[in-house]
Amino acid sequence: MPAVSKGDGMRGLAVFISDIRNCKSKEAEIKRINKELANIRSKFKGDKALDGYSKKKYVCKLLFIFLLGHDIDFGHMEAVNLLSSNKYTEKQIGYLFISVLVNSNSELIRLINNAIKNDLSSRNPTFMCLALHCIANVGSREMAEAFAGEIPRILVAGDTMDSVKQSAALCLLRLYKASPDLVLMGEWTSRVVHLLNDQHMGVVTAAISLITCLSSKNPDEFKTCVSLAVSRLSRIVSSASTDLQDYTYYFVPAPWLSCKLLRLLQCYPPPEDGAVKGRLVECLETILNKAQEPPKSKKVQHSNAKNAILFEAISLIIHYDSEPNLLVRACNQLGQFLQHRETNLRYLALESMCTLASSEFSHEAVKTHIETVINALKTERDVSVRQRAADLLYAMCDRSNAKQIVAEMLSYLETADYSIREEMVLKVAILAEKYAVDYSWYVDTILNLIRIAGDYVSEEVWYRVIQIVINRDDVQGYAAKTVFEALQAPACHENMVKVGGYILGEFGNLIAGDPRSSPLVQFNLLHSKFHLCSVPTRALLLSAYIKFINLFPETKATIQEVLRSDSQIRNSDVELQQRAVEYLKLSSIASTDVLATVLEEMPPFPERESSILAKLKKKKGPGAVTVELEDGKERGELNGGGDRGGDAAIAASNASTPSPSADLLGLRSTAPVSGTTPSAGSLLVDVFSEAGPSATSAGVNDDGFLSALHAPEASDSPLVEGPGDSDSAPPTVASEDPAPPLPESDELLNKFVCKNNGVLFENQLLQIGIKSEYRQNLGRMYLFYGNKTSVQFVSFNTTVSCPGELQSQLNVQTKTVEPLVEGGAQVQQVINIECLTDFIDAPLLNIKFRYGGALQNISLKLPVTINKFFQPTEMAAADFFQRWKQLSQPQQEAQKIFKASHGMDTEVLKAKLLGLGTALLENVDPNPENYVCAGVIQTKAQQVGCLLRLEPNAQAQPGEQMYRLTLRSSKDTVSQRVCDLLAEQF
Amino acid sequence: ITFLTLHFLSSPAIQIRFILIQNRAGKTRLAKWYMQFDDDEKQKLIEEVHAVVTVRDAKHTNFVEVRLYACLSCLQFRNFKIIYRRYAGLYFCICVDVTDNNLAYLEGIHNFVEVLNEYFHNVCELDLVFNFYKVYTVVDEMFLAGEIRETSQTKVLKQLLMLQSLE
Repeated sequence: MPAVSKGDGMRGLAVFISDIRNCKSKEAEIKRINKELANIRSKFKGDKALDGYSKKKYVCKLLFIFLLGHDIDFGHMEAVNLLSSNKYTEKQIGYLFISVLVNSNSELIRLINNAIKNDLSSRNPTFMCLALHCIANVGSREMAEAFAGEIPRILVAGDTMDSVKQSAALCLLRLYKASPDLVLMGEWTSRVVHLLNDQHMGVVTAAISLITCLSSKNPDEFKTCVSLAVSRLSRIVSSASTDLQDYTYYFVPAPWLSCKLLRLLQCYPPPEDGAVKGRLVECLETILNKAQEPPKSKKVQHSNAKNAILFEAISLIIHYDSEPNLLVRACNQLGQFLQHRETNLRYLALESMCTLASSEFSHEAVKTHIETVINALKTERDVSVRQRAADLLYAMCDRSNAKQIVAEMLSYLETADYSIREEMVLKVAILAEKYAVDYSWYVDTILNLIRIAGDYVSEEVWYRVIQIVINRDDVQGYAAKTVFEALQAPACHENMVKVGGYILGEFGNLIAGDPRSSPLVQFNLLHSKFHLCSVPTRALLLSAYIKFINLFPETKATIQEVLRSDSQIRNSDVELQQRAVEYLKLSSIASTDVLATVLEEMPPFPERESSILAKLKKKKGPGAVTVELEDGKERGELNGGGDRGGDAAIAASNASTPSPSADLLGLRSTAPVSGTTPSAGSLLVDVFSEAGPSATSAGVNDDGFLSALHAPEASDSPLVEGPGDSDSAPPTVASEDPAPPLPESDELLNKFVCKNNGVLFENQLLQIGIKSEYRQNLGRMYLFYGNKTSVQFVSFNTTVSCPGELQSQLNVQTKTVEPLVEGGAQVQQVINIECLTDFIDAPLLNIKFRYGGALQNISLKLPVTINKFFQPTEMAAADFFQRWKQLSQPQQEAQKIFKASHGMDTEVLKAKLLGLGTALLENVDPNPENYVCAGVIQTKAQQVGCLLRLEPNAQAQPGEQMYRLTLRSSKDTVSQRVCDLLAEQF
Repeated sequence: ITFLTLHFLSSPAIQIRFILIQNRAGKTRLAKWYMQFDDDEKQKLIEEVHAVVTVRDAKHTNFVEVRLYACLSCLQFRNFKIIYRRYAGLYFCICVDVTDNNLAYLEGIHNFVEVLNEYFHNVCELDLVFNFYKVYTVVDEMFLAGEIRETSQTKVLKQLLMLQSLE
């Protein structure tokens, strides 16, 4: 067996691996492994001291067993012993074991750090590299604490070997990313930047990653790197294909280093120094020229390496967005790639062109490729390439080509892959709205969309078409006529029925003059669909009917009869029944005037960001939406001015209650509190009336009749405000006193109960991100204030205060931040927190700054909650129940029964419970559906043990799922607070 | 300007999230993680990567976008991409940010494979199995902390031969 002989050095290991490979079954493998584990254990425990070789061999076998997927619970100490061997092979296996099986066993970490320390000071480059690689692989905070001071010294010392420098640079990068507060560059900055000049290209390759990371965080301190990078790049680009010897890859000089240099330059604006800039432009031109030269090799490696540089250069050109000539050349080059036989290149060209389309200099040049792109959408075999083609069509769309692009996208939709249909629908809907010149085209497009891909038309899309029809009186008659025609189809999508019901209920009168669409014909048409529809649609239709009674008194008798029928008035669905009863009563007792007032045409919707756009952003994730964002200004043209707010705005703010599920962008498209859905809540309240106040649905109060008519506006969360929305201006308070906390600050706080990192707050000007960590009764929180505008914030000042009692419960310390935040910059603030005793309130964070002269004054609650000081406690079932019984006094227990606001996904629940900070105990509760957890809250004054039990009734219908949450702890206030906090999380 | 994510979530964070070598049957021949994942997550990722990569053929690109947790403690998903290349029965996969340079990593894989081939004299799958502990050394020479450390095959091989000669 030749392979065995290659496992030189450790014959026993090779034999063991062969044995495992020869095992015919999983059982045989496990048996063989257990035998080996027993053998190794006895060797390690034996009286005879093992020599280094045997120790290495056994540790290596343990590692192999671990990599096969088996748990290893011993051997760590032997691995650590290997670290102090002076033989390379033994040390290597020791370090490898530690890197792969690292755990936070504190005594071991101390021993490991000791061994690393010895190797770092050994002056033996091989050992130093092993130690550095171990730090780079593990990167724990303890290691950062121990070595963050030492490594920069090794990196810049004159006598350090090149290979050690390479490792030191990347090791430092790892520590910086893991614990930026511990890596202080200050005095080393200049020497690190000058590594860009190092003779050894490998050192430059490694160091540039470190420099790029540091530059992106502290651009000013590192800005001298720009000219150094340009001259390095220039030397590489102008060298002949063989000049760089070892660093030439398939006739391409230093492709990876070139890419990294070009990427570093993307951290900065174009160089101000004319000479540097000239040199750089020359480099970029040379790269573009080389793309046109005949290839020096037919190998794909050659063209890939060359094009890697080309694409990175194009990224830089797009990043600068200031050289029209280069932008157009880049576009032409990509245009050639669009027809290349390599799928990779076609894909990358489509992707890169997407960003070029948003530059004013190259937008027109991109548009010339429309036919090729449409062709790609139709013919590419790889769905991801078609997806890129669709993205590019979307990006290159403007008034001149909107009709063509929308038509192509619609026709592609008929056969599109399921995976991209929903996104395509959103894009078509957005383009149709944005570039509608006449609204009949817009209405046709959306109705077509519903016809072709009804299942993928989300609520946002049909809400939006209704918003627009309501706001534009010139399209209402056409819309009514078109939906009426669309509803003639024997089978039409339920979304079509929704749009049809809503529009005819509002504007059916506009087509009633034609005997073919007389009131009764309209009603009968709608009602013919009624029985095939789901409850929410039927509820909407009932509302349309009552509107008909107002619009067309002659239909009153017919409709009353429908409402009076048993299938309505005794419908088993409470919502439908309630509507039928209320509408029937309303139509019989109200005078015509009252009826006309109550059922008046909907007022125009307030102007705001399209909820469809918001949905697309959410779907595509951050980063993909820049193209849409800059078009904010154009959107206002379409649906009426922003001045017609009025009743609808009030209705909107009543109807949309922010839910704790609001995600980072604040877009709640997954759980819109639309007028038709809260009905499920009212049902629950009846059934679970004993469930206490927490079960009261927010939607109940305004859930009387007509609520369905508010549906279209309810999808917008008040947290999301489009650029054109006038009410979204950040709070402006003239007084210099801290503003009262924002109304949503409790909700924002709730978002962070089970997680430590994320975006705390965001408006048009400012984004505040949080990263925090807690240990024992101490916590450290990093706040990142991002200036989203291009204008600087002045007098930027933040204060953290502990109101009332909290002063004696928490000790909070901060450093002040710089009073100036440049446009586009992000500043960081560190907050140290000490928990003295348990507490309920949260510290307040006040932020004040001047933006364009106006004082901005925002107060928020800092998400410091008592559960952050949990230490998880593992315990067996018997222990758990014994302690549970010990905590049986009534005041020690807090309990809540509440409705599930989210699905009951097991993994999500577990993640949240772990996020709470407690240990999740498996196999403790006799009912496997339940979750039990245990933890100890660490405060300076005392420790509070805490047990938790969460019982879901997962079998219930969605919408009726409930939880019972029980907390027991030795302190009543703690039980209550943790219970309150956690109840908001599900 | 729009900040959509925090600095610690957004690029340039760790470039390479993980490197995987798998065979067609889904057996892992090397897994190198540059981000903290727990064991279950690792297993899930391994299965996911295998599922998306093995269904693709030569007409497809060498890139696949996937959605993964952006960081462990915040339950936030983000898109990443897997850049992969198939050599006989083995898939070499690198997971990077969506904004990273596809072709540079694609050739990074090939460069790595050429080094393995030279080092093991016509590398085959079994070499990676029996010498798994040496493969980690090769990886660390060429990629460290999720970044490209050394790209010169000559330099890497010289260093590996030197290490080989040590006891």
